[in-house]
Amino acid sequence: MLSGILVFNQKGENLIFRAFRSDCRPRLADIFRIQVISNPQVRSPILTLGSTTFSHVKHENIYIVAVTKSNANAALVFEFLYRLILLGKSYFGKFDEEAVKNNFVLIYELLDEILDFGYPQNTETDTLKMYITTEGVKSAIVNSATDSSRITQQATGALSWRRADVKYRKNEAFVDVIEDVNLLMSATGTVLRADVNGQIVMRAYLSGTPECKFGLNDRLLLDTGDASGPSSGRNGGGAGNGKTRAAAGSVTLEDCQFHQCVKLGRFDADRIISFVPPDGEFELMRYRATENVNLPFKVHPIVREIGTTKVEYSVAIKANYSTKLFATNVVIRIPTPLNTAKTTERTSQGRAKYEPEQNNIVWKIPRFSGQSEYVLNAEATLTTMTHQKAWSRPPLSLSFSLLMFTSSGLLVRYLKVFEKSNYSSVKWVRYMTRAGSYEIRF
Amino acid sequence: MAMNKIRGAFAVPRKGETFELRAGLVSQYAYERKESIQRTIMAMTLGKDVSALFPDVLKNIATSDLEQKKLVYLYLMNYAKSHPDLCILAVNTFVQDSEDPNPLIRALAIRTMGCIRVDKMVDYMEDPLRKTLRDESPYVRKTAAICVAKLFDLNPAMCLENGFLEMLQEMIGDPNPMVVANSVTALSEIQHTAPETKALQVTPNTLRKMLMALNECTEWGRVTILSTLAEYRAADVKESEHICERVAPQFQHVNASVVLAAVKAVFLHMKFVGPELAKTYLKKMAPPLVTLVSSAPEVQYVALRNIDLLLQKQPDILTKELRVFFCKYNDPPYVKFQKLEIMVRIANDRNVDQLLAELKEYALEVDMDFVRRAVRAIGQVAIKIEGASERCVNTLLDLINTKVNYVVQEAIVVIKDIFRKYPGYEGIIPTLCQCIDELDEPNARAALIWIVGEYAEKIVNAGDILGGFVDGFNEEFSQTQLQILTAVVKLFLKRPEKAQGLVQRVLQAATAENDNPDVRDRAYIYWRLLSNTSDQNATKKIVLSEKPPIVTTISTLPPALLDRLLQELSTLSSVYHKPPEQFVGQGRFGADAVQRAAIEEQLQNARENPLAAAAAAAVSGSAPSAQAQNHVENLLDIDFDGGAPASAQKEPTAGMSGLEGLAGTPVRVQSPAVGSSSPAPQASNNLDDLLGVFGDSGATQPSSSGVNAASGDLINGFDGLDLSSHSAPPANSQQKTNEDIMSLF
Repeated sequence: MLSGILVFNQKGENLIFRAFRSDCRPRLADIFRIQVISNPQVRSPILTLGSTTFSHVKHENIYIVAVTKSNANAALVFEFLYRLILLGKSYFGKFDEEAVKNNFVLIYELLDEILDFGYPQNTETDTLKMYITTEGVKSAIVNSATDSSRITQQATGALSWRRADVKYRKNEAFVDVIEDVNLLMSATGTVLRADVNGQIVMRAYLSGTPECKFGLNDRLLLDTGDASGPSSGRNGGGAGNGKTRAAAGSVTLEDCQFHQCVKLGRFDADRIISFVPPDGEFELMRYRATENVNLPFKVHPIVREIGTTKVEYSVAIKANYSTKLFATNVVIRIPTPLNTAKTTERTSQGRAKYEPEQNNIVWKIPRFSGQSEYVLNAEATLTTMTHQKAWSRPPLSLSFSLLMFTSSGLLVRYLKVFEKSNYSSVKWVRYMTRAGSYEIRF
Repeated sequence: MAMNKIRGAFAVPRKGETFELRAGLVSQYAYERKESIQRTIMAMTLGKDVSALFPDVLKNIATSDLEQKKLVYLYLMNYAKSHPDLCILAVNTFVQDSEDPNPLIRALAIRTMGCIRVDKMVDYMEDPLRKTLRDESPYVRKTAAICVAKLFDLNPAMCLENGFLEMLQEMIGDPNPMVVANSVTALSEIQHTAPETKALQVTPNTLRKMLMALNECTEWGRVTILSTLAEYRAADVKESEHICERVAPQFQHVNASVVLAAVKAVFLHMKFVGPELAKTYLKKMAPPLVTLVSSAPEVQYVALRNIDLLLQKQPDILTKELRVFFCKYNDPPYVKFQKLEIMVRIANDRNVDQLLAELKEYALEVDMDFVRRAVRAIGQVAIKIEGASERCVNTLLDLINTKVNYVVQEAIVVIKDIFRKYPGYEGIIPTLCQCIDELDEPNARAALIWIVGEYAEKIVNAGDILGGFVDGFNEEFSQTQLQILTAVVKLFLKRPEKAQGLVQRVLQAATAENDNPDVRDRAYIYWRLLSNTSDQNATKKIVLSEKPPIVTTISTLPPALLDRLLQELSTLSSVYHKPPEQFVGQGRFGADAVQRAAIEEQLQNARENPLAAAAAAAVSGSAPSAQAQNHVENLLDIDFDGGAPASAQKEPTAGMSGLEGLAGTPVRVQSPAVGSSSPAPQASNNLDDLLGVFGDSGATQPSSSGVNAASGDLINGFDGLDLSSHSAPPANSQQKTNEDIMSLF
């Protein structure tokens, strides 16, 4: 498995060097620097030299490298590297050169814990945070044997993600349904690809060891005669009121993936999502939907190249959701040719600005209410170039966020909490749709 | 004080970083000592040699501060080798720690002990290891389980004598899932390094235990268990069914490596279950595979390479999912290229229109490499789907009309291949001939000349076109020269009145003024054929013979290799599409094994076929120089002793245009899969690759590939020149051999 983990900055300085096996020699750091960091030709994340394989990921301004000497599991290596980044982010807020330099002792400690002889061990942030902490303060706790035996119990237990003695006065659970809608539209206005990558993030503040059941308007579940979620379910709080449930059609989920707390066997058998949640925030599931995707914005660009000196734009954008809703932070990036000298823009709403470093006209609309339509007219003046190279016309892209709207039509039908002490709990659901890669060719 | 005196005698520098660190390490204040340890570790990371501080750091090992202890251990692990004698001083602390009431400390001690690779330490490990393997805390047990693997790596004999393997095997039955996972991990590592130990034997009982732990252990543990399940040969159909049933829910895991491991396990066990059931599993694995395509680019890349393999075995699992593989504008190139390959693989008559529109879009982008691949993909689709060929040709014509230089050149090469399958598109030849002046790449020129020669009787001004090329004959690349030669001869045979003078001129130029022996030889062959007066038709029969149409230009792996690689899903091997022996060597042994295998093969061949042996001998003759080249590269030293099987494969030969690097390794490992027009796909047995490793000059490559086709040996010897002329993208090996026989003369 992994022979070592190395971290470099952009200059190729070695920030972390942790060998897990004797075949990971210090010289390898130089080799990676020469062969990858200072070699602009390298386009692949995996490089094998001799019998040594370097798999690297670039994050912020650092390279995180895994060294392997065998026919290692490549998917696992990269997943692990990304997990390391995630851990770094949750420990230091940002995982970059500065964070690594300031916390290298802690990083060594973490690496020691999450990898043993090159095999990944427990990488759950919450568990690790119990005994590896940023300040040495908590080491007092760790030093007392009873506490640490409890910790180690958890770190290896079947519920490695949850402490046993969680207590809250008010039991609450927040469910955020966040959808990234991806669109690729051709120049002729046909939708080449439209799909939704959704994630359901939950913040659970529930006492004891609650067993949760979670229901969506999943077509497969609804069609197979739904026994577990009767409409008179005891869903308290905001988790779907009667009206939305009645109005909602069902959604076909192409595929879903669950946090490790979800009992996959049960989902596979009867599509019931049942789990004991970790304490606090976690990503309960991810899903993909490709059918009946509601596109919140319709963009109609007209771009004309006039001779070799001018490009004229007319971009119309229309909101396709109900007037009660409004999107925020709508940003439309309109690419301009590389040799643009000057632009002029007129907009019916929001502000447009030319960003030469990105070769974009950026049109920002802070608040975009439903069913409204706005237009931008712009003109880019080009400088003449000695060699006339065709403009690649990168697609126009959009970013936005829209509350209480799901592109897939997904709705949370119920969230039930069962616990020994039988307390009542309050649940809240929020929906949000964001732009994933929302691209329109022209 | 005595200590100081001794040190004085060794004249340790009185200033500098080491001195300061040392002063800090022996300071009377705890915080200063800790800070110094931290700085020592920092210096160590930066690559400075701080091994001189060993005794001083070691003094700090006995501490109640866990953080400090970890730092000292880290230092110990790094420098134990440089002071093996002093390590003995630490043993006591380790042994003590392994009995500490705090499980974290017990685990830390046993974990670190295994990493200190000093014989003396190993001697003391036995007792603590035995105790910790039976520890009450699962955390300690799971750490001790891995430690057995570490011990085995250091001293297998001791590991076996003390019965640690048996203890580990028992631990598969541990109530704690993570202990189970780690025991399996350790056993499977031991099993792989030393199969004779039979460390990991899956019995119905252990199988049950593993399946139980599967749903409860960490994601990484799941990967281990799933990989072990994949390697396991089920006793009967029932067992396979059971495994599939229990593994399939893991498709829904959020971790891509778990999903891939589950796919691998199900895919391998699926062979044994009924076809109906297998079909449902295939259906079930499609959506998770597609989901992998939206993960981080690196993970995506691994997934795409694996999907490529799966598609070669099961071509229709993803036919409905074409859109998912559309390239995003800012996908990294390595992902884009792989997506293109996959799109071509899943193309069928229903989605071909969509695909063509998309490919055309790509062909208008600016990244030259990507554009070329997109154009090539259009050609592959045309040859794959007969019904779509006309649309493909029209798309290509549209692209030619854009007049973008590299698009035109690639399109011509592609159209040549289309002609080789569908000879009926001659109507477009005038359009092609119009761009004759824009072609500057030998490949594209050769392709166009081939077309002109092939349709010489239908092109009115074929003589003039070829005349132009003949005039500049000696300025052309030899690849183009060969093509000119053949085309002129074809023209002459079809319309002798037009090309009488031309053929004289070209043969003259090729024999008298040319330095390239390949070109000269071919010219001589033609000359002899043309001057053959006994049978006029013989020449025509040979040169203008009917060629079998090509079947596909999509590169596919030979079935044996494919099956092999499917067992390696999600590993590096599956990313490179190469069996692991080719890039993994364990030190000297790995390289030796490869070399031995090569020699073995040669001997084998010598017995079977003396001619081939001669060719092989030529290869081994060139081996020393190849090795010398290795060594140059190894100045960077990866593993000098490792002999570097993968890196021995040198820079691409002419036909490959450097694409192969993208398959995975940009520089060294050539991956045959990414549509490179290299001779690699015809390497139907590994021998070829093995030899290729050692003979890396362009000239020896063809002869080494000749070894495997005993029947066509002589002919294959010319493979190299022929390849450059007619069959740039090789069809498949058999077909090719046939064709070579025909077109050679």
